Amino acid sequence: MGVPRYWREIPSRYNLIGKKCGVCGKIYFPPRSICPTCRRKSAGKMEDYKLDGKGTVESFTIIRVPPPEFEGKSPYAIALIKMDEGCYLTGQIVDCNLDDIHIGMRVEACFRRIQEDGKRGAIYYGYKFRSLKS
Amino acid sequence: MASIVGYGAYVPRYRIKVEEIARIWGRDGKSVSSGLYVFEKSVPAIDEDTATISVEAARNAVRSSKIDAKKIGAIYVGSESHPYAVKPTATIVAEAIEATPELTAADYEFACKAGTAGMQNCIALVESKRITYGMAIGADVAQAAPGDALEYTAAAGGAAFIIGNEGIAEINDTISFTTDTPDFWRREGEPYPGHGERFTGAPAYFRHIVSAAKMLMEKVGMKASDYDYAVFHQPNGKFPMRVAKMLGFEKKQIEEGLLCPIIGNTYSGSTMLGLACVLDVAKPGDRILAVSYGSGAGSDAFDITVNDAIEDYERQNIRKMIENKEYVDYGTYMKLRGEFK
Ligand SMILES: [Zn+2]
Repeated sequence: MGVPRYWREIPSRYNLIGKKCGVCGKIYFPPRSICPTCRRKSAGKMEDYKLDGKGTVESFTIIRVPPPEFEGKSPYAIALIKMDEGCYLTGQIVDCNLDDIHIGMRVEACFRRIQEDGKRGAIYYGYKFRSLKS
Repeated sequence: MASIVGYGAYVPRYRIKVEEIARIWGRDGKSVSSGLYVFEKSVPAIDEDTATISVEAARNAVRSSKIDAKKIGAIYVGSESHPYAVKPTATIVAEAIEATPELTAADYEFACKAGTAGMQNCIALVESKRITYGMAIGADVAQAAPGDALEYTAAAGGAAFIIGNEGIAEINDTISFTTDTPDFWRREGEPYPGHGERFTGAPAYFRHIVSAAKMLMEKVGMKASDYDYAVFHQPNGKFPMRVAKMLGFEKKQIEEGLLCPIIGNTYSGSTMLGLACVLDVAKPGDRILAVSYGSGAGSDAFDITVNDAIEDYERQNIRKMIENKEYVDYGTYMKLRGEFK
């Protein structure tokens, strides 16, 4: 991932800070500097917007053969989550039996270790999702 | 006088039974369990560490206390398992609760009492009017060598306390008792701690907690029976019960804050999680004595009075969070611990 990119993205990775279009009100995550609908009219009107962290699983897959950087961590679930604000996020689902994950499952964001640059490199933190108990 | 404005806790969801660990090493699980008075311990998930546990506890504290995190002027994270040797956990917490950039932050290390040392610093900064709010966190993902006696208890969890001028409980006074006692240590670069076996009892844990508790009770003019609750550091379930008895406390005064039998020793989290559990049920006017212990060695003692504001405080129900658990076997435990490399 690289430290500079991680550092730039800390507000969205840690705190789900996206952008809200000041013209049409649509919420974007990851943050965008221009609203694709309102185009030029939205310039300078995109405000920081913090997602509440709650959403619904729209689709998911179980990774059993992971890429090298996630070796030793499989199996794990990656899901497409529709946030309550309407935008979509991709993230891992944790603290859950893989058999219990289903489309329509309510989840909330939590703070976890995402990746590390080997034993000597930086540790990257960010959001994952866990089952939302009401 | 400084007060506890809010608190939050976090304990990972996974558990391993002491009997399961004993099975691997050919010990009698039931007798190990009853000898320690610990039945199961918490296990961090593969992607959990002291930073993630601290962040979850800190977020719970901010949410419950309903304060503006930007007004937090100091964050101290006490742990003996900081994810980096150099790079503070406290900065990660500060960013994750949006308290940055106008604050001071630092990591503390004093075996299991680093978190309460952070509380004392927050109290000092609040009482000297340097800051509006301070946050002290005690959290650990405790390490133990496979097969070592500590493996039965070394657990994961943490608690965060927000200290300010007005809150849910007044901190009437705090004192410390500190000596150079090599009962437990970990050398730089070593993955697991070493310990002085039987040396960890009388001259270490018991001497420091008893001395700190007695000094504080004498200073504030209280005796054991005057307290509604007492919390002592919990390296196992037996030690806090024995030290309570030595100081004249009854079982009913320490039960509420005694978590070690069901989650193990959360090291820097231990005393603070116990205190948080007591605050979960405390009533206005209740008086609490909390005494931590950190090897090396020292104890921090706190005399606390709960006030009326606790009635309107959104309590976390830590025991309910602890009940939401999933058991793992020893193989899974080793995988979660990252022992397969
Ligand atoms: Zn727009």
